[in-house]
Amino acid sequence: MSDRNASPLIRLRGITKTYGRGDAAFQALRGIDLDIHAGEFVAIMGPSGSGKSTLMNILGCLDTAAGGTYHYDDIEVGSLTVDQRALLRRYALGFIFQSFNLLARTSALENVELPLLYRGLSRRIRHEKAAAALEAVGLGDKLRNTPAELSGGQQQRVAIARALVSEPRTLFADEPTGNLDSATTIEIMELLSRLNREQGITLIMVTHEDDVAGWAHRRIHIHDGRIASDERSLQTTAAHP
Amino acid sequence: MIWNAFLIAVREIRRNLTRAFLTVLGIIIGVAAVITMVTLGQATTRAVSDQISKLGSNLLILRPGAGFGPRGVPGGSPNFTMEDAELIAEQVAGVAATAPVRMASLTTAYLDEARTTAVTGTTPAYFQIHQWTLADGRFFNEADLRRGAAVCVIGNTVRNELFGEKDPIGQRLRIGSTVCEVIGLLASKGQAGMGDQDDTIIVPITTLQRRLVGRTSDHDINMISISAEDGVDTEVLTTDITAFMRERRHLQPGEDNDFHVFDTRQITEALTSSTRMMTMLLAAVAGVSLLVGGIGIMNIMLVSVTERTREIGIRLALGATAGEVLMQFLVEAITLACVGGLIGMLCALALCVALSGLIGVPFVFNPMINAAAFCFSAVVGVVFGFVPARSAARLDPINALRHE
Repeated sequence: MSDRNASPLIRLRGITKTYGRGDAAFQALRGIDLDIHAGEFVAIMGPSGSGKSTLMNILGCLDTAAGGTYHYDDIEVGSLTVDQRALLRRYALGFIFQSFNLLARTSALENVELPLLYRGLSRRIRHEKAAAALEAVGLGDKLRNTPAELSGGQQQRVAIARALVSEPRTLFADEPTGNLDSATTIEIMELLSRLNREQGITLIMVTHEDDVAGWAHRRIHIHDGRIASDERSLQTTAAHP
Repeated sequence: MIWNAFLIAVREIRRNLTRAFLTVLGIIIGVAAVITMVTLGQATTRAVSDQISKLGSNLLILRPGAGFGPRGVPGGSPNFTMEDAELIAEQVAGVAATAPVRMASLTTAYLDEARTTAVTGTTPAYFQIHQWTLADGRFFNEADLRRGAAVCVIGNTVRNELFGEKDPIGQRLRIGSTVCEVIGLLASKGQAGMGDQDDTIIVPITTLQRRLVGRTSDHDINMISISAEDGVDTEVLTTDITAFMRERRHLQPGEDNDFHVFDTRQITEALTSSTRMMTMLLAAVAGVSLLVGGIGIMNIMLVSVTERTREIGIRLALGATAGEVLMQFLVEAITLACVGGLIGMLCALALCVALSGLIGVPFVFNPMINAAAFCFSAVVGVVFGFVPARSAARLDPINALRHE
């Protein structure tokens, strides 16, 4: 799938992030160097306050770094305007959140259509794509249901369909199973790793659970704003020779 | 992009119909109130001026007394004579015609029906001066006047009260103790502002003097109706008539007038300007309610931005730009304001038709005020939608997403 020697999809050099200023300043990231190649399935781990969510937000172009450089697909993200970052998110990135973040009182179909609305696609194409995405996550029979009528696992599937419908190259998952029971967790993780395996979507996931992280091929531990360890499992080697 | 924002905005409105309804309620009431007030106010103004113009054009009325007000003691000043009326017509330049009027309140009866009616004794010129037209029969003429004929012309109200549906022409009506033949029925002038003008019986003044009430003095004329020639300035004419009458009544310089001249045009202007002022006052009150409606929209938009912070965060995370979020909220506000404006206009239309029928004024659709009220509601939508929309678009996606 990906070639180690090719230039990485994501390249971080000396990324720092500080919240607040003066005595109250808190350094969330203290210089992160990281390369992630297309097609990888990476778990970012660490205790709360370690800076893993901050790192994830910077990677997802939801937040900007204070120092260092971030290249996504050879684009220097730090030099982009707010709107350009929005367009990058719209066309290249997908997000899955711990709390699903679906629009309330809105059908699954309309939720999944949402990213397509901003792309200005026609009504018919939006419907087709959204229905197909829901079909792909196994919710073909729940198109008209609102989030309140769906279980947690089903809501997260809708969120995954919403992330996939715009065919992103990279999918960011922030504690995707944090609100789910263990059986549902396995379903969701199977779905995510199948997307990575079959569609080659680069998957970057923040989690603090070891068994969830076990699904990933690469585990990066963050501690006090620094990368404490970066290990690849055997599967990774198999998947990325 | 605007079409897209419209699409998204309409979805959001549809999703929250109750909230949307409460938001537009203020605008609906405001727009409906402004349009109704102004339309009815203008209809009333028009009704009043129509009514007054029916009194007669270029009409001046000479009455004894110094006019209304503290100096005027109407009863204390001498009445006019028949000769006064004739001489004004002959000698004052610009006067087209005059008619002496003597009024009496008399019991009138036909068969079993009886009522008290104001009876006007005058000359044939009166009909022309006061612009009366006939519904049936004829006016009395100079021959009737010379003879003091027992004939009368009646107004529509008198006809309805005494004769009902029956044809009154040729019937014998008892006025006081004299029986008069009804020779004419006046076309109705209606009643608004000036009392019921149709409640009248008009007889030759000689008939009134000789048969109905008798005559004790030459000074028995209560009022002289004067019509000005076309193109004559009634203000100048008023001055001339005043000078003429002062001379005839031998008033010394420095002595107050013991009569006064009413210029109906001035009355028209006074009445229409007062109803116009009332219209403006009502419109101002209604305008305040429209403003309150707009503030309601702003309030709801602000609250809904706070409520919808997470939604904004989701949209931003999915790749919406700040401009698109701004546009969505703006379009939502404008759509709500315009829908409110439209519903308000329809409500106003229904209200105006119903109320103008109820208070008896003509309904006139006023496109200006409708357009103005609608535009105002649209502007309210833009202005009051802009502030909360801007604060929504400025949100940082992460902070918006974390918002619970």
